[in-house]
Amino acid sequence: MFQDMLRQKSFGASAAIFMALLIAPLIIPKFYTYILAVIFVTALLAMSLNMVVGHGGLFQFHHAAFYGVGAYTAGLILVKTSWPWWIGFIAGPIGAAVTGLVIGLFCIRLNKLYFGMLQISLGSLIWAIAFRWYRLTGGDDGIHGIPMPEFISGLKSSYYFVLILVAVCLILMYLILKSPFGTTLQAIRDNPERCAAVGINVRRHQLMGIVVATFFAGVAGVLFITVEGSIFPDLLFWVLSLEVFIMCLLGGWFTFGGPILGAAMIVSLRTFVGTYTEYWTLILGVILILLIFFLPDGIMGYNYLAKLRRRSKRRSASRAE
Amino acid sequence: METGQSITLAALSSHLLVGLSRAMILFIVTSGLSFVLGVLRVPNVAHGSLYMIGAFAAFSISTALGGGAWGFWLALILAPCVVALVSLIAERSLFCHLYEREHLMLLLFTFALMLILGDLTKMIWGADYRSIMAPPLLQGSVSIFDSPFPKYNLFLIIVGPIVAIGLWLFTSKTKIGKIARAAAVDREMVGAIGINVSWVFAFAFVLGCFLAGLGGALVSPTISVTLGMDHDIIIEAFLIVTIGGLGNMWGAMAGSLIFGITQSFGVLFWPQFAIVFPYAAVVIVLTLKPTGMLKSVW
Repeated sequence: MFQDMLRQKSFGASAAIFMALLIAPLIIPKFYTYILAVIFVTALLAMSLNMVVGHGGLFQFHHAAFYGVGAYTAGLILVKTSWPWWIGFIAGPIGAAVTGLVIGLFCIRLNKLYFGMLQISLGSLIWAIAFRWYRLTGGDDGIHGIPMPEFISGLKSSYYFVLILVAVCLILMYLILKSPFGTTLQAIRDNPERCAAVGINVRRHQLMGIVVATFFAGVAGVLFITVEGSIFPDLLFWVLSLEVFIMCLLGGWFTFGGPILGAAMIVSLRTFVGTYTEYWTLILGVILILLIFFLPDGIMGYNYLAKLRRRSKRRSASRAE
Repeated sequence: METGQSITLAALSSHLLVGLSRAMILFIVTSGLSFVLGVLRVPNVAHGSLYMIGAFAAFSISTALGGGAWGFWLALILAPCVVALVSLIAERSLFCHLYEREHLMLLLFTFALMLILGDLTKMIWGADYRSIMAPPLLQGSVSIFDSPFPKYNLFLIIVGPIVAIGLWLFTSKTKIGKIARAAAVDREMVGAIGINVSWVFAFAFVLGCFLAGLGGALVSPTISVTLGMDHDIIIEAFLIVTIGGLGNMWGAMAGSLIFGITQSFGVLFWPQFAIVFPYAAVVIVLTLKPTGMLKSVW
């Protein structure tokens, strides 16, 4: 499978981008290094969401809940216990995956819209608990200045830590999506009835997909506290979930790298527009409406579809000859 | 678990009544959401924003009219109409062009609408807290089991069933209500017999949003009107619709009652985590019956 990946045309480009990002913090100002790190974290979150939404066809409407659970688990272990840091860093993603499993068990019995609505609701319960449990979570203020281990306490070192972990996660996701499990998941998205008829346990595959995706969301949550050093309830808020949803839509659902592009665009827009106006959500809403009307397959999806169309035209032309 | 006050019959009954009045607000808002969900099959994420706009509009109208009794009653009628107008504009200018598309796009559109309406509300009314006085007729309280109970909450307990009966009569007895219900079940068939389905959808959408605005106007004297009230209500409304059965009005009623009453008893028993009680009720209902208590319309 690795060889497959190396043979991909886009592999060279990805490697070049990765090398450029390795050098970047040496050249660009500090602020942009920080923005890049935020983009990596958000891109990982969007990619993990796309695993179940784009490739799995599930209405995962409250993905941020798992991101937040990962961040809160790791953050609380770092702040409230004297355990070594790596326990927190491992517990974050595992906590997110377990939450994903529990909520998934409830939601998976329902179909499409029911699934999404129930997930928004149950995820909001987690938000409400984080919001109200003042003594443990700091309530709506959250916890700031979480102590980080020595080797990732600086901006540059945390940048490299995030970059490398995100790259590893992306490779893992790619391999998972190309594995028999990943292709089964995509088959279920396209035709659940037929998959069930040939003996695939549809529900179990979808649940596994949710657990894997929420695990990666938890990783993103842990990386968030490495960059920001704080946790707050907005991480679990359902509006963030829908914002991540927009990133996937903007980049392209059915492409592998689309959500990365979407995340990069939305995060940079938010950063730069946010300095001019306080009405960022209004602009986000307008962007979303434009997307729905003019570019429903996303930027990379648009390219991909155009390529398919050209190929089918060429094929029909050669058949005509 | 520490109790806030000693639990007496008076405390129980007054919490029951508070829960009931809360349930009626929830029902009015949720029935609109459920109606849109039943006919258009779209969970309207912007429903909470319309509820918020209803409350703000009620504030503006009643202040503009001097804040007296007349101001309040007129606001109660006009604020939902303002909300309905807003939703009609959004529906006819943009939303109606999406009916042929997949459902996810419709849902994302309502989300975009929520983002835009939220910021527009911030632009128009700002981030301050507003409050509205109930009209003199409904101010003060009456004594029930020797404990005072606000008259306005009793008024809400009366209004809720009236709206329910009105909505039921409308959907089951009038022609347009019947057409809307038919469109919920089989939209192609409705189109085939020569009815303009697009307008039926527009009507259903506007009616649902009107109910959201009505809920917002009715709730405004009992809470402080502020930004962010949209997020709270929409989550609760989603939960209620899910446990009640999608698109089923009586399911919305049953869900609202469960939600409102468990919440107010939660306040009695464990104030800090009162929110956990309705969620626990929701989890229990869905474990027993994953598709909601009553039959969903689709």
